[in-house]
Amino acid sequence: MSVRRLDPAQPASFEFTPENLAWAKEQIAKYPKGRQWAAVIPLLWRAQEQQEGWLPEPAIRDVSDMLDMPYIRTYEIATFYTMFNLSPIGKYHVQLCGTTPCMLRGAEEIRQICLEKIGPEGKVSPDGLFSWIEVECLGACVNAPMVQINKDYFEDLTPDIFTNILEKLRTGVAVKPGPQINRQFSAPASGPRTLLTTE
Amino acid sequence: MLSDKDRIFKNLYGQLDWRLPAAQKRGVWDGTKGFLEKGPDWIIEEVKASGLRGRGGAGFPTGLKWSFMPKNDPRPSYLVVNADESEPGTCKDRDIMRHDPHLLIEGCLLAGFAMRAHACYIYLRGEYIRERERLQAAVDEAYAAKLIGKNNVHGWDFDIYLHHGAGAYICGEETALLESLEGKKGQPRLKPPFPANAGLWGAPTTVNNVESIAVVPDILRRGSAWFAALGRPNNTGTKLFCISGHVNEPCNVEEEMGIPLRELIEKHAGGVRGGWDNLLAVIPGGSSVPCVPATMCQELLMDFDSLRDVQSGLGTAAVIVMDKSTDIIKAISRIAYFYKHESCGQCTPCREGTGWMWRVLERMVKGEATPKEIDMLYDVSKQIEGHTICALGDAAAWPVQGLIRHFRHVIEERMEQRAKEEGQVLAAE
Repeated sequence: MSVRRLDPAQPASFEFTPENLAWAKEQIAKYPKGRQWAAVIPLLWRAQEQQEGWLPEPAIRDVSDMLDMPYIRTYEIATFYTMFNLSPIGKYHVQLCGTTPCMLRGAEEIRQICLEKIGPEGKVSPDGLFSWIEVECLGACVNAPMVQINKDYFEDLTPDIFTNILEKLRTGVAVKPGPQINRQFSAPASGPRTLLTTE
Repeated sequence: MLSDKDRIFKNLYGQLDWRLPAAQKRGVWDGTKGFLEKGPDWIIEEVKASGLRGRGGAGFPTGLKWSFMPKNDPRPSYLVVNADESEPGTCKDRDIMRHDPHLLIEGCLLAGFAMRAHACYIYLRGEYIRERERLQAAVDEAYAAKLIGKNNVHGWDFDIYLHHGAGAYICGEETALLESLEGKKGQPRLKPPFPANAGLWGAPTTVNNVESIAVVPDILRRGSAWFAALGRPNNTGTKLFCISGHVNEPCNVEEEMGIPLRELIEKHAGGVRGGWDNLLAVIPGGSSVPCVPATMCQELLMDFDSLRDVQSGLGTAAVIVMDKSTDIIKAISRIAYFYKHESCGQCTPCREGTGWMWRVLERMVKGEATPKEIDMLYDVSKQIEGHTICALGDAAAWPVQGLIRHFRHVIEERMEQRAKEEGQVLAAE
């Protein structure tokens, strides 16, 4: 468990865009009548996306009202689930997997690069471009070490490759997600040894 | 080695097209209607006869689990697929969802029909955003082709909805998952009642892992006898293994249950870094199971029963390999930190105990502890194990117990080393 609090600086209000509002109604319709609370995580997530990656307090209230949920229940959700960022993040939010399988393959070196190139953990870099945190297992263990940047996974990293990715993002050059070495997803790096006869 | 023709996941590595027409060419959705015509009981009997045990970690017989669903209940029944893959070391369901999604969707229909459910929720972990997009695209294809949905070609109305979490390992526990799906904090429920009697919104529910569901269509197509003939009795079929850590070529691979660990590592993952003799230990089933030292790995078979015999477990079949350069105390301490971070906070032994164990282990990494604290740590782990609502307490305790059981000497040597460096002598006891 970790203690998570709302940011002291909050915007005055929050409102879903018309597109997001329509989307939210579709989400609520996935669940049986009267069970609209089920949509709380997807709705909060969409609110976070709309708010450039973090979840302000007025959004929590707004989603509560939409779902007819007591504020405290929605607040609980926002603080319990660690993917809800309760403070602003950088344009590129790096989530470094630090759990044992990644640690065994060099996550600590990647962490060092984060410290050097971005700054202290959990703080937005002065140019507003980057922020980083260490997270628990992201489920790409055979492609360790890896990070998630916004929606995408970047796998099979080395300090040099990762530095390069950050540099490209900084200068607005396109980066390709997935394995960063010549590798077919989760197959062995030198090429698949099975599934050779199924074409 | 399992031959390619016996592999279920033909597109594990994403070399082929995941879309519906290509999947159909590979045999997905072939004869599905015929299986439904044989009735729900036939499907359950086939799955029982195949010997399939749940692929999410606990290894409970899947067919038996389905048979617990009530037959004449006025409440709706639900199938919930657990795609909250977050056990450290495990990344197999991800490949199913992004590369072979139609196997999962077909499995959902068959499993849902067998338990008389018209609705299915697939709960993905929040981080799998791209996988969710891919799976949603595949579900949309299946709807468009009228394979699922209302008035589909199979004659069994069936809706599949994708749902996601937002970063909580505990939601992989089935009742925490249901709580989360209902829009609450993911805190496990006290059982009984089990989900088959009172699950999602109090209705009969079965929660199955992605892999358990995705292998069902092939079991029905090729026959339960085919599946049961692979592996060993009580440990049948094929299994996706994730081999990570200190191997030359980490990878996912589908293999026969009961494959020797050494063969698995050497044939598929390019061997242990620095050779087999450089092996220190493996964690054979995801971070929750105790590690197995190299001396016990020589003849080790990878299935539920043989790993239980060495006081470990198959878990999710996520093999984390550690070579002799590993600081084993630190590796386990990092796992302890994971459980501290992921404890939902509901039960005191787990909420307080996981943090306590991690702090002691952090001191042990530096040798800043006394030998009697090793026994105390073991004792505390025993007080967590079995004293919590869900198995997270057990999962946090077992790796620590495995460390002490097999590597006590390493912890003691570290303390002696530290004492020497400080010019002190350990108190004579």
